[in-house]
Amino acid sequence: MSTTTTTIVNLPDQRTATLPKRHYLNNEDGLLSWLFTGDHKRIAILYLISITFFFFIGGAFAGLIRLELLTPQPDLMASDTYNKMFSMHGIVMVFLFLVPSVPATLGNFLIPIMLGAKDLAFPKINLLSWYLYVAGGLFTLAALVLGGVDTGWTFTTPLSTHYLNTNVVTAATGIFIAGFASIFTGLNFIVTIHRMRAPGMTWFRMPLFVWANYAASILMVLGTPVVAISLVLVALERTVGIGVFDPTKGGDPLLFQHLFWFYSHPAVYIMILPGMGVISEVISTFSRKRVFGYTAVAFSSVAIALFGFFVWEHHMFIMGVSNYSALVFSLLTMLVAVPSAIKIFNWAFTLQKGSITFETPMIYAFAFMGLFVIGGMTGVFLGALGMDIHLTETYFIVAHFHYVMVGGMLMAFLAGIHFWWPKMTGRMYPESFSKLSAVTSFIGFNLTFMPQFILGYLGMPRRYHVYPPEFQVLNVLSTAGATVLGVGFLLPLLYLGWSLKYGAIAGDNPWQATGLEWQIQSPPITENFTEIPIVDHEAYDYDWLAHKTEQEVTTVG
Amino acid sequence: MHISPVLWQFLVKWLNASALFPREASTIAPYTDALYFFLLVITVVGLILVGALVFGFSIRYRAERHPVAIQVEGSTLLEATWTIIPLALFLVCFVWGALLYFRIYTPPTNAMNVYIVGKQWMWKAEHPGGQHEINALHVPTGRPVQLTMISQDVFHSFSVPDFRVKREVIPGRYSTVWFEATEPGTYHIFCTQYCGTQHSGMIGEVTVLTPEDYKKWTQESTSGMSLAQNGERLFASMGCNACHSGSAAARGPNLAGVYGSKLTLTNGSQVLVNDAYLRDAILNPSQHITAGFAPIMPTYQGQVSEDGLIDLVEYIKTLDTNYRVQQTLTTSESNQVAPKTPGMVKP
Amino acid sequence: MDNALVATHHHTDETAVHEEHEHVVLPQHRHHFETEQQQREAGTFGMWLFLLTEIMFFGGLFFAYLLYRNWYHDAFVAASNQLSIPLGATNTAILIGSGFFMALGVWAAEVRKKGLLVLFLVITTVLGFAFLGIKYVEYHEKWEKHHIPGEHFDVSEFVNPQAYGLKEQPLAPDMAQKTQVFFSLYFAMTGMHALHMIIGIGLLFWLTWRAYRGEFSSGYVAPIENFGLYWHFVDIVWIFLFPLLYLINRHPGS
Repeated sequence: MSTTTTTIVNLPDQRTATLPKRHYLNNEDGLLSWLFTGDHKRIAILYLISITFFFFIGGAFAGLIRLELLTPQPDLMASDTYNKMFSMHGIVMVFLFLVPSVPATLGNFLIPIMLGAKDLAFPKINLLSWYLYVAGGLFTLAALVLGGVDTGWTFTTPLSTHYLNTNVVTAATGIFIAGFASIFTGLNFIVTIHRMRAPGMTWFRMPLFVWANYAASILMVLGTPVVAISLVLVALERTVGIGVFDPTKGGDPLLFQHLFWFYSHPAVYIMILPGMGVISEVISTFSRKRVFGYTAVAFSSVAIALFGFFVWEHHMFIMGVSNYSALVFSLLTMLVAVPSAIKIFNWAFTLQKGSITFETPMIYAFAFMGLFVIGGMTGVFLGALGMDIHLTETYFIVAHFHYVMVGGMLMAFLAGIHFWWPKMTGRMYPESFSKLSAVTSFIGFNLTFMPQFILGYLGMPRRYHVYPPEFQVLNVLSTAGATVLGVGFLLPLLYLGWSLKYGAIAGDNPWQATGLEWQIQSPPITENFTEIPIVDHEAYDYDWLAHKTEQEVTTVG
Repeated sequence: MHISPVLWQFLVKWLNASALFPREASTIAPYTDALYFFLLVITVVGLILVGALVFGFSIRYRAERHPVAIQVEGSTLLEATWTIIPLALFLVCFVWGALLYFRIYTPPTNAMNVYIVGKQWMWKAEHPGGQHEINALHVPTGRPVQLTMISQDVFHSFSVPDFRVKREVIPGRYSTVWFEATEPGTYHIFCTQYCGTQHSGMIGEVTVLTPEDYKKWTQESTSGMSLAQNGERLFASMGCNACHSGSAAARGPNLAGVYGSKLTLTNGSQVLVNDAYLRDAILNPSQHITAGFAPIMPTYQGQVSEDGLIDLVEYIKTLDTNYRVQQTLTTSESNQVAPKTPGMVKP
Repeated sequence: MDNALVATHHHTDETAVHEEHEHVVLPQHRHHFETEQQQREAGTFGMWLFLLTEIMFFGGLFFAYLLYRNWYHDAFVAASNQLSIPLGATNTAILIGSGFFMALGVWAAEVRKKGLLVLFLVITTVLGFAFLGIKYVEYHEKWEKHHIPGEHFDVSEFVNPQAYGLKEQPLAPDMAQKTQVFFSLYFAMTGMHALHMIIGIGLLFWLTWRAYRGEFSSGYVAPIENFGLYWHFVDIVWIFLFPLLYLINRHPGS
C-alpha cells in the first residue's frame, strides 16, 4: 500500500481488486438476519431502502402537483385532491425523507467506522429506530390510503383542529412515531461520538462529517420532542376537544405556530447539516487536500445548531408578533447565515492548490455549492423583515426552501451515496451514467425552481390550485424542469441497482481518501475493524495516507 | 422559416401575459423593490465570486496540471475576511429590512380605515360609509388606506402583490396593514395563508380609482347606513346604552371620546383604547375593567358576529357626545323597541 | 483473508485482556464495547440524553401553562382551587416513597441482594399503582363535575360558586370560560405524566421478572440504574406539576 506522493491520485488497486469473501452483507443470510440485525451497516441499508421508497412516493406527488399546475384551470384533479397532494408531498418529504436521509443512512453506516468503533453505542435502539420509522411511514401511508390529509405539512391550527375532516390524527401519529425514530438516531450518535471514539481519536481529529452529524443530532434530540407534544395537543384537540390552541375557548393558535416552528426551524438544519458534512468529505477527497480551516468548519456546524434554535419566529413575521421580537429574530436570522457563508468559502479554498479530479460525487458537490449559495442568499431576502412581507407565503419561499432542501440536501445525499457506494457495496457505480444524471438533475432543478423565484416576486401564493393566467408561462417552464429533474433522480436508481451486480470491483480505497472507513475492506466486515485502530494523525492527512504502512490500521481483505 | 400562426399567436399572448416583475402600484412598492435589487446584486455577486473561485481553482489545480496537492492548514486572515464581510452585508440587509418593515407596518395617522373580514373562502370589505364589498375593494389614489382585518374562522393572509403588502388575518384579533395606491387600475388580492379546500379561490380585486371616481363610487354604492349607524342600532338593541349612558350614575364607563384615550384599569395598568381594545373589552370584559367600575358586564362572546363587532367599534370610535345615547335610552325605556338590525345579532 | 477466523481470535484476545486485569466478562457485555466501563458509561449517558428529550417534551406543556396562567390568572386560580390538595399531597408522598424504594432497589442490585431487589421493585410498582389509583379518583371527580374540556364542559360552578356551596369569588362569565384552558392543560400535563407512569410500571414488571431470575445479581446493574433515572425523572416532573397545578396562589382559607 505504500505509495509515493506522485502516484497518490492514481486509483491503485482497482484492476486487481477482488471482493472479500466475508463481509457484513453475506455474514448471515436470510430475511430474518436483516430484520433482527444489530449491525449499524445493515440498519443503514434498511433505512436506505425505506427512505428511497418514500422519496419516490413523495416525488410522485410532486410530479402530480407540477402536472396540475401546467394550466391555470383545475383540470387534473379537484381542489381537495390537490390540497392532499401537496400536504402528503410535504409530510413524506420532510419527515420521512429529508430528516432521516443522510443521518440514518450514511451517518448510520459511517459514524462508527469513522470513529474507529465496532458499532453504534446502542445497536438495539438503532434497530428500534428503523422499526419506528417504518411504523411512522405506515401510519402516514394509512392516512393516505384512508383518504389523505389536507392540512399542509405545517398543521396550522385552527384549520387542522376544527375545519378539516381528513385523517389529521393518523398523519400526526405517523409523524409522532417517526419523530421518535430520529430522536433515537440522534441519541445514539451523540453517545457514540462522546464515548466510543478509538484511542487517539480526539474531538479535533474527527472527520467533519461526524461534526456535522453531531450538531444535527443535538437538534434532533432537543427539537423533535417539542413538535411531538404540539402534535399530541393537536390530536387531543381533534379527538377529545381540549382547547389549548382553540381561539373560541381562549387558546391561542399562535402558540401552536411558536411550538411548531421551534422544532421545524431547527429541523431545517437537521436536514442540511449532515449534507454539509458530506460535502466536506467529498471536496477534501477529490482535491487531495485537507479541508481549509478545519476548526472553523467544525465550529460553524455547532454554531448553526445553536443559533438554529433561536430563529424560529422568522416564520411568523407577518403574523402580528411584536415588532421588537421581530427585530431580534431577524437579527439572529442574519447571524445564522454567517456560518453557512464561512463553510462555502472554506470549501472553495479547499480546492486551492489541490490536485482536483471530477468524479461524480465532486460534480454533485459543485452543484450543491452553487445551489446552496442561491438557497442561502434567498434566505437572507426572507430574513430581512420588510422584504419578508412581500415574499413570504409565495412561490419565492417555495423556491427558497427547495433550493436548500433539494438543491442542498438532496444533492449532498446523492454526492454521499455515490462517494460511499463502493464502500457500502464493494462495487463502483458507472461513472459516465452518473455524471449524466448529475448534470441532468442540476439543469432540471434550476429549470424547475428558478422560475418560481420570479413567480414569487410576482406574487403567486403557494399552495394555489388555480392561479391567474398570467403566471402560466413560468409555471410551464417549471413543470418542464420538473420532468427533467425526475429523469435525473430516476437514473441513479437504475444504474446503482445495475452496479450491484455488474459494477467494477471497487477495492478498499478507490478514491485514495484518508478516512478510517477507507482503510478497511469494502464492504466492511460486521465488526468493521479486526482490531481497534489507534489514531495518530489528523483528519484529512494525505501525507499520512501516502506513507502509511499496513500495520497502522489493520486492513482485512 | 415558417411558424404556424396559431402557435405564433399563442406565444405572443403568452409573452405579453407573462411579466417578470410586478407592477409598482403603491408608495411602498419602490422601497421594497430597492431592497430587492440590492439583495439580488449581493446574491449575484456572491454567486459569481463562489463560481469564479470554484471554476478558477478547478482549472488551475486540476490533477493533470497540478498532480501533487500542497497541504494548507487554513488562514485566519482569509477566514476572518469571509466572516466579517458577509456579516457586515447581512447586517446592512437587517437594518434596511427593519426600516422597511416599520415603514410598511406603521400606518400614517391620517389614513382612512376600511375593515376586512376574512372567512372561508371570501373577503368582505366594509367601509365606514356603509359600502359593503365581497372579494373586492375600492380605494382612491393618493390617500393612505389602513385595513383593520380579522378572520371569522382560520388563519388567512391578505396580500396585494402589486402594493407589496401582506398581513396575516387571524381569528380572534385585529391585525392591520396600510398602503397608498398610486396608479388607478385593478390589482389582485390573494389569500396567501393556506386556509382549506378553496384556498386558491379566496381571491379578489382591488380597484384603485382617481379621487373623483372614488367619490362617485362611494355615493353610488352606499347601503344607506354607515357602519357607525349600524353600530348605534346594535348598541341600543343589545342594551349597551343602559349602562354606558354617560350619566354620572351610570354603571358602565362613559364611552364618548374614549377612543384614542388612555384608560386606567382596575389592576392599575394603563391602556390605549384602540380597535383591538374595544373588541376585546366587549368579548372579555372582566379583563378590561375601567378603574372605579364593578366587573358586572356580561360577555358578548358568541352573541355578536365579527361584522357586528366592527359596527360597534366603529360606532364607539365616532361617539363624541352622549346626547343620542341618552335619547335612545329614553325611547327604549318608553317601550319603543329599538330597531333590530337583522343578521347582526346571532340568535 | 478469513474474517470469521480473525474475529474469533479477536474475541479471545479481548477475553485475555480482561483476564489480565482479573475481570470476569459478564454475559451482558456487548461485543462492540471495549470495556464494561465504557458500556456502563454509554448507557447512563444515553439515559440522561433521553431524559433531556423528555424535558423538552414536557417543556412545551410547561411553557403553554405559564403563558396562559399569565393571561387568565383569575380563571387559573379559581380552577386550581377545584383540585384537592390532600389527594395531590398524598400522591406526592406516594411518588416520593416510590422513588425512595427505587433508589433502595438500585442499592440492592449494586450489593447483589436479589431478594431485597425484587422486594423493593415490587414496592415501587405497588406505589406506582397507588398513585394511578388516586389519579383515577381525581379524574373521576372532574368527570362528574363536567370539568373535562370538550362538549360537556360546564362553567356554572365558577360563575355561581355559592350555589355549589363554595366560598369562592364568582368569576365573570368570560373569565370562567378560560377555566377550560386550565383543565385542558391539567389533563394534558397530568395525562402525559400518567402515561409515563404506566410505561414505567410496564418496565417495572419486566425488570422484576428479570431480577427474580437473578440477572442483576452478578454485578450487572445498568438496566436497574437507568430505569431508576427514568423513574426519578417521572417523580421530578410531578414535583413540578404539583405546586404549579395545585398549590400556587390559591385563595386563602379555601
